[in-house]
Amino acid sequence: MNEGPWIHRISRRQWWFGASRYRRYMMRELTSLFLGTYAITLLVGLWRLSQGAEAFNAWLAAMHSPPGVVFSVLMLMAALYHSTTWFNVTPKAMALRFGAYKLPDAIIIGAHYGAWLLVSVGVYLFFRS
Amino acid sequence: MASNKPFFWVLFAAGGTLAALLAPVLILLTGLAIPFGWLAPEALAYQRVSAVLDSEPVALALLLVIALLLWHAAHRLRVTAHDLGWFADSVAAGLFYGIALIGTIASVWLLV
Repeated sequence: MNEGPWIHRISRRQWWFGASRYRRYMMRELTSLFLGTYAITLLVGLWRLSQGAEAFNAWLAAMHSPPGVVFSVLMLMAALYHSTTWFNVTPKAMALRFGAYKLPDAIIIGAHYGAWLLVSVGVYLFFRS
Repeated sequence: MASNKPFFWVLFAAGGTLAALLAPVLILLTGLAIPFGWLAPEALAYQRVSAVLDSEPVALALLLVIALLLWHAAHRLRVTAHDLGWFADSVAAGLFYGIALIGTIASVWLLV
């Protein structure tokens, strides 16, 4: 290979190790693995529910066992990371303009955090009812 | 391939928004609230869960959560597989979208 010293070789698999913003990008991508796993966990719960009370209670017991709780904590951390990074880029995804006036980023982000709080409280009240 | 990308991107974005709004509270309530004593165990009792899911709006909401989270994760994992040079994009797309499709069919079958 007759490559000069100016050629910068980077690994196809480990390029994201180099800079902290690439690592943050990878972490954000990794959150989807936990969100998908949670969806499959719920799907398994539905399947166990269809098999009757005993099967459903076994699923619930596994969810609430110490390893299940540890995994839920990891899923929760991933979900919170997903939510905050998702809402923080909303001004870029939906830039609202009224003529020359551009709605400030803080208002768009704030509205999403407000909606997040309302939805969370609503779901909590539904579960508690 | 270019023509079907916007379709998967819409599923990805819808799932990402739904996950951002709902995933933390759902994980907290289904996985952690009862073991830590913040929620009475009756909240997830078999009788109650089956009764609540007999209501069509609740079943539809759960279907949307499961299906869209799966499509969101599938799209992101497809892109990540490409970023990491794991396998060919067509393989990644087939694998992850395939899992999401099977999961969607299974949740429709279990909820309808």
